[in-house]
Amino acid sequence: MKLAPRLAVLLAAAVVAATACAPQTSDNSSSGKDEKSGTLRVWLFQEVNNKPKEKVVDAVLADFKKAHEDTKVTVEYIPVETRAQRIKAAFNDPKSAPDVIEFGNTDTAGYVKDGGLADLTEEFAAWDEAKDADPTARQSVTVDGKVYGAPYFVGVRALYYRTDVFDELGLKAPRTLDELAATAKQVHAAKPDLYGIAVGGAYTYGAMPFIWANGGELATGKGGSYASAIDSAAARKGIEAYTSLFGDGNCPAAKCAGMGGNDTVTAFASGKAAMAIGGDFSHQAVEAGKAKGKYAVVPLPGVKSGSIAPAFAGGNNVGVLKSTSHRTLAVDLMKRLASKKAQGELFDAMGFLPTFTDVRQQVAAKEPFVKPFVDTLAAGTKFVPASPAWATIDSSQVLPTMFQEVISGKKDVGAAAGDAARKMDDAFGSAG
Amino acid sequence: MVLGGLLVYPVYQLGLISFLEYTQAQVSGGEPATFQGFGNYAELFGDGEFWRVLLATVVFAAACVVSTLAVGCALAVLLTRVRAVPRLALMLAALGAWATPAVTGSTVWLLLFDPDFGPVNRMLGLGDHSWTYGRYSAFLLVLLEVVWCSFPFVMVTVYAGIRAVPAEVLEAAALDGASQWRIWRSVLAPMLRPILVVVTIQSVIWDFKVFTQIYVMTGGGGIAGQNLVLNVYAYQKAFASSQYSLGSAIGVVMLLILLAVTLVYLRLLRRQGEEL
Repeated sequence: MKLAPRLAVLLAAAVVAATACAPQTSDNSSSGKDEKSGTLRVWLFQEVNNKPKEKVVDAVLADFKKAHEDTKVTVEYIPVETRAQRIKAAFNDPKSAPDVIEFGNTDTAGYVKDGGLADLTEEFAAWDEAKDADPTARQSVTVDGKVYGAPYFVGVRALYYRTDVFDELGLKAPRTLDELAATAKQVHAAKPDLYGIAVGGAYTYGAMPFIWANGGELATGKGGSYASAIDSAAARKGIEAYTSLFGDGNCPAAKCAGMGGNDTVTAFASGKAAMAIGGDFSHQAVEAGKAKGKYAVVPLPGVKSGSIAPAFAGGNNVGVLKSTSHRTLAVDLMKRLASKKAQGELFDAMGFLPTFTDVRQQVAAKEPFVKPFVDTLAAGTKFVPASPAWATIDSSQVLPTMFQEVISGKKDVGAAAGDAARKMDDAFGSAG
Repeated sequence: MVLGGLLVYPVYQLGLISFLEYTQAQVSGGEPATFQGFGNYAELFGDGEFWRVLLATVVFAAACVVSTLAVGCALAVLLTRVRAVPRLALMLAALGAWATPAVTGSTVWLLLFDPDFGPVNRMLGLGDHSWTYGRYSAFLLVLLEVVWCSFPFVMVTVYAGIRAVPAEVLEAAALDGASQWRIWRSVLAPMLRPILVVVTIQSVIWDFKVFTQIYVMTGGGGIAGQNLVLNVYAYQKAFASSQYSLGSAIGVVMLLILLAVTLVYLRLLRRQGEEL
């Protein structure tokens, strides 16, 4: 036992050394400074084909520099896949953080809770263009009645279908969700190597319209407190409708249960599916595949004939970081980036749908392809609960797990929805 | 001292964070970190999913350890029986498997068993059977990969051990008419005991902590999380959903389990009068 005393000394020393260091917490309060010159740092997302976007942004920056001559702006395009880490790191280390960032609109509430985004309620109200922003886009930058940025573009999904397959089989584009299911089964029966409609157990945004169309909600509540509504009778009907598309009659569970949104679009683009729920942003991918020139798009139908299922309003926002030391300049740059003019140009360059209702009407007139998507937006869209808990619910795969449990037959709809509701309520509860 | 610091400090931080409310909001200073006592542990132990994942991890790790040891030892014995050329070939193949990074290995295995393009299904005539859909077939697939990439360590170590056994002993056993199996059980295994102990503990630790294979091959935990193991579960909690404190609590639980397994194993050996 000669070692024991030495070990004890060592341990004691280690404990003394260690107690001095609690886990790190960065001081992310607003800097209080508002410098009128210097360098602004901007982080925007790197798109698959980024050049056209850079051109639009460069034009905005050129105007901005004319207005503020002694200000420099550096723009960095960050990869979408690693954005979560990058932006978390920026919140953790305000010194190396950017002043203006682009972010996915489902992340808004989480970033606000993290203490990263600046409250821009006054600036947004005073911005004359903001009154034309559509309500869902406005909702996607609003948390607890305060505004934390400007909507940059919206993304919305609709029903892609193969015109050649439909013509050959004498089918018409479905007008209700029931017809959609029937049509999908007819196609798969006639052409077993095609999925009638490609669906994915992990494709939450493709499944949500089924819940909403049946009158269900993900969660109900306002402001800080939400309660899950995923196990309500109406929502369960929607879950039933979506999960019934999995199976040997349409999209075999063994293959489709694990698919996400991109997988279903890929299946459609490569000619393996007669229908798919894809976004306006999926256009390029489909054009690049085998389905090119042999497809059309209609809004995803609702329960009643002629109605449109409420779609999820995805898209991105631009915001200002709380830690910025150039608040006025940063807000001005944000407004310019997300202005009507810039959004119109961004559509021409990238095909991203503008968040302003009037600009969107103009571009729809120019480009017939976006009409079904604009119609879907006009019919009313929905958004995920504006709660910081949503980030947790999303990343812990609550909804994909629920769908997959039903699809694989592990649980019935009631039990799976009940479990999902409990997990959501836990998350809403702990997010306070 | 340096070693102690490097070892103790991270564990200390892990333990400390597991007692705090520590999510992204605390890291970036949106909210202060608060002391939760055993709150995180209570939440963890109250969660049915944790117990399900723990059970799956223990069973899966046990299956991996047993299979790895069996394959590794069998091939080690085989190595001593064959000529130089096949021995070299087997060695090279094993070293290749050993040297393959886990992510690469997992991706390749996944491709081999792919329902649409995989050669395995074509050879077995299984059509478009999906290996990752069923819970057990997905675990089996991952088990095969884990065994494939960890048997070389066992094989090489045990082979070196067998080489060190005096040839006379084996010869004597053979002259007495002992079968292969009998030689292994009565002569080799007892003589190789210290080596087997090290290899087993190593394998237990590795297989209990398996992450990459599950994460890559089942897409982060399989359909509806059916293939989650503790390490992937901790990752999902800590990094995917930024609940660092809950992730730390899982880490502490894993640490304690592994320590306990190792201690119990060493104690058992000591009881039998074997000094390492």
